[in-house]
Amino acid sequence: MSKIIDARGFSCPQPVLMTLDEIRSGEVTELEVLVDTDTSKENVSRAAVSQGWTIIKVREEGDGYAVVIKKD
Amino acid sequence: MCGLPLISHPNLIAGIEHCDDAGVYKLRDDLAIILTLDFFTPIVDDPYTFGQVAVANSLSDVYAMGGEPLTAMNIICFPIRTMDISILHEILRGGLDKMKEANVLLVGGHSVEDNELKYGLSVTGTVHPDHVYLNRGAEAGDALVLTKPLGTGIINTILKADMASAEMVNKSVRCMAELNKKAADVMRQFSSIHACTDVTGFGLLGHASEMIEGSDVGMVVDASKVPIFSEVQPFVEMGIIPGGLNRNRNFRMPMVEVDNSCPPWLVDVFFDPQTSGGLLIALSADDADRMVRQMNDIGIVDASVIGEVVSEPKGKIIVM
Repeated sequence: MSKIIDARGFSCPQPVLMTLDEIRSGEVTELEVLVDTDTSKENVSRAAVSQGWTIIKVREEGDGYAVVIKKD
Repeated sequence: MCGLPLISHPNLIAGIEHCDDAGVYKLRDDLAIILTLDFFTPIVDDPYTFGQVAVANSLSDVYAMGGEPLTAMNIICFPIRTMDISILHEILRGGLDKMKEANVLLVGGHSVEDNELKYGLSVTGTVHPDHVYLNRGAEAGDALVLTKPLGTGIINTILKADMASAEMVNKSVRCMAELNKKAADVMRQFSSIHACTDVTGFGLLGHASEMIEGSDVGMVVDASKVPIFSEVQPFVEMGIIPGGLNRNRNFRMPMVEVDNSCPPWLVDVFFDPQTSGGLLIALSADDADRMVRQMNDIGIVDASVIGEVVSEPKGKIIVM
């Protein structure tokens, strides 16, 4: 199951916390996290890897990025 | 100040040209005044503690220049319509107690209504014009000394994420509220201080970069000797880091070479924006161990030699 998290407009560490909450809920195996800064993009990617998830792709979306991550 | 003309004057010892910690103006051949101002939004929940940290932070610039702070004025921005006045009272009480500890007199101040609470000081101090420590002037062969552990910015972010232990927060708050006075008192006894700054918003490597950018020396930092709050490691690896840390790293990484032996999370800690951080001192290697021992002996337990100033590569920092 996949889900989209819209973390645009939130500053650190909120996008990371939103991502970690969703990963730890165990309800999804794929996530698309929308962020609007380079910092959030890097930190969300790092959070995913720290939980054993894989970054499938990072694409530019509007003024920000969509970070697509998947449970291994 | 980017794009504005630089100001020069025969009596101006330190102005805006090299990002020094404070302005220094010579009054007489044996007397200069140091002027500095700093204020910010709360980084801790307890108002009394916030007052203490804000004052320790504001006074630090004077110590970093080799001076003695004498007087201060409060700068207060307060949301009087939505916040209880007792909170302001506690902030000012914390600040006043810290000023007392530093033998600094509060002589006035100014307050404005603002949606966001802010507090800090404008500080005036004195120094002998021949003994002003600038952030420039480090010489090849100098040792680098850092007097406080790094990681307070990351711990503030962990606190915001509601993931910080009480012990972690207490350690960090004690560190931020600690005056740099005692360290500066020891430092001033040594005649071979070539440069000094305090580690604040740009992090260790950001402020170290300012010390050597465009100069004819470089630095080697021994990562294993830098004092840090090591409990931040799992949080840094999880991406719980302040936005300013990434900005610091992206801005200064072109000047920094990291050896493979230094893990990425530790490099991040070296770019962590500090509130009321320690002094970063370049002095003769012969004196460095003795100065650090004296600091350790009077309770500045984290003071350490963290690296050296080298003649090559110029304008670069090697972290190994």
